[in-house]
Amino acid sequence: MNWFLKTFSGSIGRKLLMALTGLFLCTFLIVHLIGNFQLLKQDGGEAFNFYAKFMTSNPIIKTTSYLLYSSIVLHIIVAILITLQNKKSRPQGYVVSKNKSSWASRNMGILGTFILVFIVVHMKDFWAEYHFEDLPMYQLKDGSMVKDLYLEVFGAFKNIYYVGLYVFCMGAVGYHLWHGFESGFQTLGLNHKKYTPWIQSSGKAFSVLIAAAFAFIPLYIYFIA
Amino acid sequence: MSGNMNLTLKVWRQKDGKSQGKIVDYQVKGISPDMSFLEMFDVLNEDLIKKGETPISFDHDCREGICGMCSMHINGRPHGPKTGITTCQLHMRSFKDGDTIVVEPWRASAFPVVKDLVVDRSAFDRIIQAGGYISVNTGEAPDANAIPIPKKYADEAFDAATCIGCGACVAACKNASAMLFVSAKVSQLALLPQGDAERKQRVESMVDQMNEEGFGACTNTGACSAECPKEISQVNIARLNREYISAKLTSDNI
Ligand code: HEM
Ligand code: SF4
Ligand code: FES
Repeated sequence: MNWFLKTFSGSIGRKLLMALTGLFLCTFLIVHLIGNFQLLKQDGGEAFNFYAKFMTSNPIIKTTSYLLYSSIVLHIIVAILITLQNKKSRPQGYVVSKNKSSWASRNMGILGTFILVFIVVHMKDFWAEYHFEDLPMYQLKDGSMVKDLYLEVFGAFKNIYYVGLYVFCMGAVGYHLWHGFESGFQTLGLNHKKYTPWIQSSGKAFSVLIAAAFAFIPLYIYFIA
Repeated sequence: MSGNMNLTLKVWRQKDGKSQGKIVDYQVKGISPDMSFLEMFDVLNEDLIKKGETPISFDHDCREGICGMCSMHINGRPHGPKTGITTCQLHMRSFKDGDTIVVEPWRASAFPVVKDLVVDRSAFDRIIQAGGYISVNTGEAPDANAIPIPKKYADEAFDAATCIGCGACVAACKNASAMLFVSAKVSQLALLPQGDAERKQRVESMVDQMNEEGFGACTNTGACSAECPKEISQVNIARLNREYISAKLTSDNI
């Protein structure tokens, strides 16, 4: 066990955890986005509520969701450890500094903090409400009764402050991934002239598309639906 | 050699490792654009000596870009405004008459300030001592071509071996990470058959030492390669990560 703990308390081991959890969270974002698109169907909530029921009852999804929660928690804990160590490594800064690197790459901790705030608000408003509160019920086409999460989300997306926070935080997600996506592969040791240019461009495309698509839904509901 | 450039210098002065330092302003006159940055400092120091003040301490040795001593953080960048060169290779023609130039030491907890612009970089030596070598029996030099090495690997190993241990990568990195340096030193041996026998032990020991010295973790910002006078590439850091991961998975160190 000694070698194991030593590996993951060292700088490369910690980064490895960041990359593995971070890239896993990227796949989760895709699945989550597919679900959110059900909100755009003007069907009174059938598609979205069906999706919510599926996500909270399917055993495979439920198992994966525990993996997901632990990934988020691990990503955050290791992020804090790394950021503290990195601050300690440069106790005194420069009077003048012209750092030749991208803004996103230098501010992963700040961007991550915005994402964390978002996750907390988001979990409180939707996840906790869905699991622990009495919400109005909705009858699905298959006859089963479910809590009407659609109504809940729709309500929130009619609140300009909520929409503002949501869109801002999606910007943070986009910037986080603008650097994070390709950085994760570099951390795993995957850097080769054959595929690295491809990873870099798909990372940029992924970050922009994910942020824009997530942000589009509340904007659409607030302004158009 | 004299010229007609007049400059304002703002230089970090610090008596020793324990004292508080501060930026002090100096006027330097009659600088030739053909002088190197270090020669400009020589002019300033002679002025200070004539005035009875303590000259500014700074590290330097070869003054031709090969020893890596001339650590100066100039106007916000290690080794100044140009890329791919050291401070001693920087010429005053890269500045304009009347410019203000801010000069600071490398900043990292692993590189404590000794005096003024001089920092202690022996952390790098300890990383090399931890494994940046190959163990061979001394004796007659082996035949040059006894071990065939494909040109591609020889070239890549040579590129990594151009690292002069200057520490600009650490100075440039927002985390004061030494990953570029360590990756160059691991790569130059990992790419060659001579380095193969000890490769797992080497990467584990060198990375352990790097962590112990208090260098930060790599966020892959790329600032190190952008400032490295030898333009050591990020590909080496990926190789270091690979070497480390595979050593951890297969080495006998428990
Ligand atoms: C949707 C959620 C998130 C995703 C998809 C994500 C993804 C990623 C990825 C792919 C990386 C790159 C890993 C590497 O460089 O090897 C990364 C790095 C990072 N993440 Fe996240 N992240 C998320 C949430 C968070 C949160 C909530 C925090 C903080 C509280 C955070 C803090 C960080 C930090 C500080 C780094 C940089 C670590 C370093 O290289 O020094 N992330 N993230
Ligand atoms: S990698 Fe480059 S910047 Fe870092 S010590 Fe070597 S030569 Fe200097
Ligand atoms: S003095 Fe040797 S590299 Fe500058």
